[in-house]
Amino acid sequence: MSVPARTLRATPGQTVGPFFAYGVEYDRMNQVVHPFAPGAVLLGGTVYDGAGAPVPDAFLEIFAADSDGRMPRVRGAFRRDDHTFAGFGRAFTNDDGRYEFFVRNPGAEAGHPALFAAIVFARGLPDKLHTRIYLPDDPDSLASDPFLASLEGAEQATLIAERRPDGSLQHDIRLQGENETVFLAF
Amino acid sequence: MTPPPAPAPESLTDTPVRASQADITAEIDALHRSFEQRELSGERLPSTVHDFPAYRSSVLRHPTKNLKLVDPETIELLSPAFGQRDVAAIESDLTIQHAGEPLGERMTVSGRVTDSWGRPVANQLIEVWQANSAGRYIHQRDQHPAPLDPNFTGAGRVITDDAGEYTFTTIKPGPYPWKNHVNAWRPAHIHFSVFGSSFTQRLVTQMYFPGDPLFALDPILNTIWRQKDRDSLIAVYDHELTSPEWTTGYRFDIVVDGPDATWFENDDERGEQS
Repeated sequence: MSVPARTLRATPGQTVGPFFAYGVEYDRMNQVVHPFAPGAVLLGGTVYDGAGAPVPDAFLEIFAADSDGRMPRVRGAFRRDDHTFAGFGRAFTNDDGRYEFFVRNPGAEAGHPALFAAIVFARGLPDKLHTRIYLPDDPDSLASDPFLASLEGAEQATLIAERRPDGSLQHDIRLQGENETVFLAF
Repeated sequence: MTPPPAPAPESLTDTPVRASQADITAEIDALHRSFEQRELSGERLPSTVHDFPAYRSSVLRHPTKNLKLVDPETIELLSPAFGQRDVAAIESDLTIQHAGEPLGERMTVSGRVTDSWGRPVANQLIEVWQANSAGRYIHQRDQHPAPLDPNFTGAGRVITDDAGEYTFTTIKPGPYPWKNHVNAWRPAHIHFSVFGSSFTQRLVTQMYFPGDPLFALDPILNTIWRQKDRDSLIAVYDHELTSPEWTTGYRFDIVVDGPDATWFENDDERGEQS
C-alpha cells in the first residue's frame, strides 16, 4: 500500500517562550513511574547551551516502552494513578539546567536497541528538537543498529545514556557546540 | 570540567547591548532573503528555522548541525494516550477560573486538529497559555509593569473530540514587551501545545490575531520564513463562532505532520485509544 500525497500543509512550530511553566505543568509530570515503585530508575541530566552554560528554562518530554518492551497504549500519563504505565513524562530544567525523570528501563523491541524517544523545548529554541536516549547496557544491540552505526563515535555518544553505579541513568543534552547532541528529523 | 554556575534566569532575558527595531527588521528581511536563495538553489529548509540570530536568545541555543534523518522507531509512531476524562470541562474556559470576570475582550477560539492527510486527531491533549488583556503573564519572571488581573490566570486545556475539534473560551491577550531589542513588542498570541497521533507529530506553536501591525517586527514569528507558513498561524475571525452579547470568535485549525510511516500507523490504530 503506498502513501497518498499529503493534502494539507503542516502548521509550523514556534518556541515555547519564557513563560511556559504555568501553561504546561501538571502534577507528578516527571514520574513515568512512582519513585518508589519496583524497578524505578532516575533518568537525569543537564541541558547546556553553546557556551557550556546550563539552560534553566527548557523542558524535556520522553516516551518509551515498558520494561518488558510493551508499547504504552493506555491513558494515565496526565493523571497519575501510580500503577498504570503510560510511558510519557515531562520535566522542566531547574535553575541549574538539570532535569529528572523517574522511569523504568524500557525493554527492547526485537532487533532494536532499547531507547527513550525524547523532545527538547526551550526559550530561545525556535522549534522542538527530537532526539533519543539509548540505554547503554546492551553494546551488541547498539552496535548492530543501522542508525547508530551511521553516526561517528562522538555523535553516537551523545545519544547513549550513562549507567551510574546506583542504577540511575545520566544523560546531558547539548543544544550547540562541542559534543552537540544529535537531533533528528523523520 | 566543572560547568559554570547557572545565571539567574531573569538575567537571561536581558541583553546588555541591544539593537534597534530598525536593525532587527533589517536582519529579519536579510535572513528571509537568504533562505529564499538557499531554497532556490535546491536546499530543503524546514518551515521554522532554528538558526535565526534576530531572535537573540536563540544564538547559543540552536543546533549547528543538520538534523539526522532517521526511520521512526515504533514508540515514535505512537503517542501518549489521553481521554475526555483527563481534563475537566471548565479547564477549557479561561474566563471562569476565578471569582470574578477577567478584563478584556471575551472570545471563543475553536478549530480542528488533523494530520497532513486531513484525518482528525481525536482524543488528544491541547494545552494553551497566554498573557492577560494588558499583555502581562502571571509567570513570576514576567516583571513588566502592566497590571495582573486577579480574575485571569491564562492557562487552559482541552481534549479534542472524535472529529479532532476543540473549543476554548478566553479573553484576547495584549501585546507584550520583551528585551530582545530596544522597544521590542510581541504581537498578541496564544501558546498552543498539541499532541498528534504520533510522537513525531508533537507540536508547540503560537496563534496570532488578524491584522496585527507587529507581525513584520517580530523575530519570533519570523523564525517561520515563508509568508504562507506565517499566515497559517493567524486565526481567522469567524462570526459563526460568536455568541450574542458574549463572545467574538476565532477559528484556528492545526495540521500536525509526521513521516509517511504515520499514515499507516494512524490508519491501523485509529479508534483504539480511549
